[in-house]
Amino acid sequence: MRLTLRFFLRDWRAGELTALFLALLVAVTSVTSVGFFADRVRQSLTLNAHQLLGGDLLVSADQALPDALRAEAAARGLATAEGMTFISMALGPGGSQLAAVKAVGAGYPLRGRPRIAGAPELAGEEVAHGPARGSVWVDPRFVTLTGAKPGDRLGLGDAGLSVAAILTHEPDRGLSFFNLAPRVMMHLDDVPATGLIQPGSRMRYQLYVAGGADAVQAYRDWLVPRLGRGQRVQGVEDARPEVKSGLERARTFLGLSALLAVVLAAVAVHLATRRYVERHYDGYAVLRCLGARQARLASLFGGQFLLLGGLAGSLGCVLGYAAQSVIGLLLGDLLGDGLPRPSLLPAWQGLATGYVLLLGFAAPPLLRLKAVPALRVIRREAGAPRASPLLASLFALAALGGLLVWQTGNPKLAVYALGGFVVAFALFAIASHLVLRLAAREGGQAGLAWRIGWRAGFAWRYGLANLRRRGPAGTVQIVSLAVGLTALLLLAFTRGDLLDAWRTTTPPDAPNRFVLNIQPEQREAVLAFFRERHLPEPTLYPMVRGRLMAINGQPVRAEDYPDERTRGLVAREFNLSYLIELPEHNEVVAGRWFAPEDLARGALSIEAGIATTLGVKLGDRLSWSVAGETFTAPITSVRELDWDSMRVNFFVIATPALLAELPTSYITSFRLEAGRAAEMTRLSQAFSNLTVIDTTAILDQAMALMDRMVAAVQFVFLFTLGAGVLVLYTALLSTQGERVREAALMRALGAKRAQIAATQRAEYLTIGLLAGLLASAGAASIGAVLALRVFDFQGYAPDPWIWVAGPVLGLLCVALNAWLGARAALNAPPVMVLREN
Amino acid sequence: MIVQSLGLTKVVPSGGGSLTILEDINFAARPGEAVAIVGASGSGKSTLLGLLAGLDTPSAGRVLLDGADLATLDEDGRAGLRARLLGFVFQSFQLLPAFTALENVMLPLELAGAADAQAGARRMLERVGLADRLDHYPKHLSGGEQQRVALARAFVVRPGLLLADEPTGNLDAATGAGVIDLMFELNAEAGTTLILVTHDEQLAGRCGRRVRLAAGRVVAD
Repeated sequence: MRLTLRFFLRDWRAGELTALFLALLVAVTSVTSVGFFADRVRQSLTLNAHQLLGGDLLVSADQALPDALRAEAAARGLATAEGMTFISMALGPGGSQLAAVKAVGAGYPLRGRPRIAGAPELAGEEVAHGPARGSVWVDPRFVTLTGAKPGDRLGLGDAGLSVAAILTHEPDRGLSFFNLAPRVMMHLDDVPATGLIQPGSRMRYQLYVAGGADAVQAYRDWLVPRLGRGQRVQGVEDARPEVKSGLERARTFLGLSALLAVVLAAVAVHLATRRYVERHYDGYAVLRCLGARQARLASLFGGQFLLLGGLAGSLGCVLGYAAQSVIGLLLGDLLGDGLPRPSLLPAWQGLATGYVLLLGFAAPPLLRLKAVPALRVIRREAGAPRASPLLASLFALAALGGLLVWQTGNPKLAVYALGGFVVAFALFAIASHLVLRLAAREGGQAGLAWRIGWRAGFAWRYGLANLRRRGPAGTVQIVSLAVGLTALLLLAFTRGDLLDAWRTTTPPDAPNRFVLNIQPEQREAVLAFFRERHLPEPTLYPMVRGRLMAINGQPVRAEDYPDERTRGLVAREFNLSYLIELPEHNEVVAGRWFAPEDLARGALSIEAGIATTLGVKLGDRLSWSVAGETFTAPITSVRELDWDSMRVNFFVIATPALLAELPTSYITSFRLEAGRAAEMTRLSQAFSNLTVIDTTAILDQAMALMDRMVAAVQFVFLFTLGAGVLVLYTALLSTQGERVREAALMRALGAKRAQIAATQRAEYLTIGLLAGLLASAGAASIGAVLALRVFDFQGYAPDPWIWVAGPVLGLLCVALNAWLGARAALNAPPVMVLREN
Repeated sequence: MIVQSLGLTKVVPSGGGSLTILEDINFAARPGEAVAIVGASGSGKSTLLGLLAGLDTPSAGRVLLDGADLATLDEDGRAGLRARLLGFVFQSFQLLPAFTALENVMLPLELAGAADAQAGARRMLERVGLADRLDHYPKHLSGGEQQRVALARAFVVRPGLLLADEPTGNLDAATGAGVIDLMFELNAEAGTTLILVTHDEQLAGRCGRRVRLAAGRVVAD
């Protein structure tokens, strides 16, 4: 052990282990930064599940919950509290603002403690109750958007409430990823006074239940069979499935980003170990000659690598811990406040990653040492043993595959990711190989460089010939750098392009305001409001909320649909409309629009996409329940419509006779010219129950959110670039002996320093430019595929600067490398060519 | 005098003290002369060769190469002089592995800025009997062939002075003899001055003059 340590220190001092150490460090840091961060989020979800739920059990519904549920809970000795959530306009001193309102009754909170403060920047103190009657709490974002402060009056519907405090922490808010509107919390008893509970308003009703574990379980067992449509119950273990699955996807994506760095680091580990082994052939032979047994030597060299893995792994964990806080910082308040500290688990995973890399990529070349014969001390050429490429590839694939499965938790996804990596590497390798061949054709004739006149050509030709002759090593350098740069460019350029393009697919004259909840008796007054202010008069569409009960007599059950989105759709109420004329922007693609006989008998027109999702077709009979009434009608037409138009659209339109007598509200969308935003505040003041939604603001908010998440991923991609540069560096190191010798020989033959420098410059310029261009092309093509497949628009052209940024970044990375490693060759003393003898 | 050394001394630090490798070497070669430097291992032969070529710098004394004092030139100046004047043949051939035989031979021509490097290199390789090996890389050539390429590279610039360091050290006897014959032929054709370092007395015998080194001093001339 002491000998191992001495050997280790000696090699460390001599710089033999630096590259290997750095490669492991980058890999472990990359993996643990994501690991620690994901762990904090996971903990906040699981450890605080009670708080996230606000109780031990949460019953929620889109209709008021029957009193029997609360009575039964009380009878079983369980504590209960009630709540409601809805979206509404809140009218403050600074104007109107769409808010996510939460009304809570006595007893709230059953679990977790909200914190309130006098100002948004304070941490606030925990309280064990909700707002008092007549008052509201608003969250810091609401304050930012409206300038409201404690003491201000806030109009909610018909009610005027006073701002009592700033809600700085709301335990059961969940992760604000999914909450676009700021929070206003009020007392449940104030809700009726607002007059906001009207037909068409989307209310959610909550019943919080808490108590002993057995009693809660028994209550749940009693409750589940009695749940009606649109009612659901969540326990601690299934809290926030939508948050969980969303975060799971985010974690997987970040994890894969981190793994890209690990893959490149693996290449660096392999190159660095090969160099290490080659430089230790002689030492190993001498030790053998001096009588050291194989087992002893195996423990000597193996021990060194174990030690190195431990060191790099530990430091990597420390750096990863630091880096995870940067990820948290970049995501900002998206994750709510106060994530718990991470556990130690990711550190173990980081260490494991380091050792898996060593096992998969360092062990095969290291094992070659065993085959070095002692005879080498006499005959130097004796037994520079060849590695078994099959064994090495198997080790490497197994290691990478294992890491991928573990990181994604999904073998299928792991296979896709591995396949994606392999294809990307192969494409880059083929492209760089072809370019190199074209530039300096094998056989030394007629290459591109040959034609550029020999004076300019000399440095280029020798530089290119060098690169070409380094063979796989040269290609690996270019490809690794290209992969790292692609990752970075993709996010830096393509993201902005795609988001901008997405934004501009919305026509400039598209509506930018939606007004919901217009009651039948307000129709004329609302239209008059527009006329009086010389605003274009909008079309008001009737809207009726109904639940799909049966298709062709078969009851519809959410659990019959495998797809999560469809299940949600079926469980909720649909927005139905009734019209005589086919709306603009709608096109009937099957059947025909309502004919007089349809209007008489009753018929439905359905949107093509939802028809496919639900698996219904022309002629199918759908049964609906609206406010306790049911009706059934056949589908007589299928429509296609343009969702990007931002106009009011309906999945299902019925003939008026079916719905006209049922509780109806009206909805409209229109374009409000910039500078007339104040009119909407007046509209809210005049009709306090209306909900006005500013779609541009929501779009901007969604984009800001996306930007932050992308920034976090981009940060992780920096590790990828770092690993790419490291591959370049190790490749450079592994050919350094050769370079130095060549440079010495050239000098002996009379080459001037400038000539050698020019040759090296040509080689590095080629690596940097080629890697950069490949990265630009890679990022642009991935962007094009994303544009077509994900964002669904044609004619995407990337920002032309991408073709500049790629090569420039490539050259910068190479310059850094050259600065680190190339000077040795430049300063090679020519007398070396004699000493080699 | 094409090359001349005056009081040439080389001392290198060794352990705590210093080690004198060469001491007060006074040596000169006339144009067209063939000189063998012989001596046991460690007698300082290769060091002397390195100093004469300006590959290394002396601790004391001077080297005059074609009348130029090497001490007054910087490394690039010395490189320019080598490009113009010197040819080298090494024991381990020292071909660039990244280049074909033709490219290796073109190298000194290109470094010196010759107009048609390719034609000259091709002619020279034909002269050494490797016309069918132009596009081969060193690793695909035998030891004897590699040393012939090295000879072609040395003579392609028509050097005034050829420095050869144990040119047959890595070759078997028969191949070595063939290479040596070729070297002397080329030497005679070009009228080059030859300085040959060897411990092979028979080879040394083919040179007109023999300088013997022992423990860093000239003991016979």
